[in-house]
Amino acid sequence: MTQAIDFHAILPELILSGTIVLVLLVDAFVERRSWVAMPLGLLGVVAALVAALSLVGADRATFDGAFRVDDFAVLFTVFSLAVAVLVLAISLRYFRDVGRYQSEYYFLLLTSFLGCVMMPSARDLLVLFIALELVSAPGFLMAALRKSSLRSNEAGLKFFLIGVLSTAVMLYGMSLMYGVTGTTNLQEIGVALGRDLPAGKETLALAAILFITVGFGFKVSAVPFQFWAPDTYEGSPVPVAAFLATASKAAGFTGLLQLMFVAFAAEYAFWTPIFAVLSILTMTIGNFVALQQSQAVRLLAYSSIAQAGYMLLPFALVTADVGLNRDVFAAATNYLLIYAVMTLGAFAVVTAVARESRTLAISDFAGLARRAPLMAVAMTVFMVSLAGIPPMGGFWAKFLVFRAAIDRGGIGVLLAVAMVLNSVVSIWYYLAIPRAMIFQEPERERPFAAPALVTGVTFLAMVAVLAIGVYPELVTHFPPLSTLVGR
Amino acid sequence: MIRLPLVLLFSAALFSIGVYGVLARRNAVMVLMAIELMLNAVNVNLVGFSQLWRDLAGQVFALFVIAVAAAEVGIGLAIVLLIYRNRETIDLSEVSLLKW
Repeated sequence: MTQAIDFHAILPELILSGTIVLVLLVDAFVERRSWVAMPLGLLGVVAALVAALSLVGADRATFDGAFRVDDFAVLFTVFSLAVAVLVLAISLRYFRDVGRYQSEYYFLLLTSFLGCVMMPSARDLLVLFIALELVSAPGFLMAALRKSSLRSNEAGLKFFLIGVLSTAVMLYGMSLMYGVTGTTNLQEIGVALGRDLPAGKETLALAAILFITVGFGFKVSAVPFQFWAPDTYEGSPVPVAAFLATASKAAGFTGLLQLMFVAFAAEYAFWTPIFAVLSILTMTIGNFVALQQSQAVRLLAYSSIAQAGYMLLPFALVTADVGLNRDVFAAATNYLLIYAVMTLGAFAVVTAVARESRTLAISDFAGLARRAPLMAVAMTVFMVSLAGIPPMGGFWAKFLVFRAAIDRGGIGVLLAVAMVLNSVVSIWYYLAIPRAMIFQEPERERPFAAPALVTGVTFLAMVAVLAIGVYPELVTHFPPLSTLVGR
Repeated sequence: MIRLPLVLLFSAALFSIGVYGVLARRNAVMVLMAIELMLNAVNVNLVGFSQLWRDLAGQVFALFVIAVAAAEVGIGLAIVLLIYRNRETIDLSEVSLLKW
């Protein structure tokens, strides 16, 4: 039996795959021109972006329903590719300065992004697993890319061990889920779990859900599985940390959204309390450890852990009410999009500072307000936005989650209070970098030279954060249209 | 034909041994082997269930797991080798430059 493959549906993935092969070939046959890899990759990503935009409004399924292109998938495909453009832009100068392994880096980065692009379309346990591995496996190597640096080695090793361990646990859960339901398709699993299962099978299904959550909990750095994140971010090249904190984390969340809202929706009474605990632990531990950080990338790493806690909160709010679930789903999606913009901007500024400071201590930001006003203003905007203070974009992200929590009532109110308290605590450490930039004297009075592309990305992200703050419909308009609830 | 409970028991034992190995071993290569045990427990499960449901999806899944496991071990050994070159040890408890 042959099946027709819908090539238009997988066009973005095909273009990206072609680009990846091309980048490798160019590296092999064009000597002394390894910087060519970046423009080539950029071209491929933009072409994939055009292909993804041509799918707007489509609802196609191929590979027997394992791969689906709907509004949710298109939204996150476009989002991942846009992030890819920005990460490529901040990478160029950084890796040119390093000089070695440039095309290898772009090859790995694009491969990771291929996983990010596949993830929102993956509606089958097998495809989800492949997408997750595509995101992670090149990530291990990128983290260890600075081969002679002990810290980079360690970053790669820790990331690898925890990543592979959680993947193995997740796979065990997937195999149990297949055993209970007899299918790997998310939609069919949802139907099978919706029927009344015999008690023994029910228990097995719950164990499977728990195991699968572990695998994705690692990817989004939720608290019991978070300790790789600060070490890996600090040891990796800065653009790699930017990728891990935004696209890689977003891919984990899209996978989690699909699993929980499509496949495991019927068992919500079992997993919502788990997510409530995960969410509170993640935001609290992330924020309180962040208070003691004196290194910029570690600070951002703990910030990204705390933010993951806020993003896990909507999962704890799921009920049997479809209308409410729609709001919850939209709040989660929305948070993810706005978070990525702010964090990417912050990492762009750190990339610029990394050119003159190896250790990236917060004190190295001293006096930046005078030496590079644009960078300092932008960084302040990102930090204030991450703290969730109006009128920045981050405020609306938090506000929508907060409103969904209050609407839910019951445990939702408790979670909303925890979130507000945490946001207040986080203001202290988010303002540490602006404090150093504005109120401390610079050590050197020489001008600050940021690469043009990095400045461009910073400026773009700053404008986006401010625009979302003033006119939130720019982003909040999309998530309710691309829901997976009640389909 | 082997009965399903036996298959599941075997795979659960394999998985548990793997988890123990990951937690207890300090040698990076041994940890890699332990992870391999866990992944093979998954394969045993998948093939067993595939027989139960008379469905090929489980076996296809197992093939994918085997391929990905090979790639992962490749990456893992590369990183371990890197660490060995720089430090002349692969004892995991000594890899602790980065803390908190």
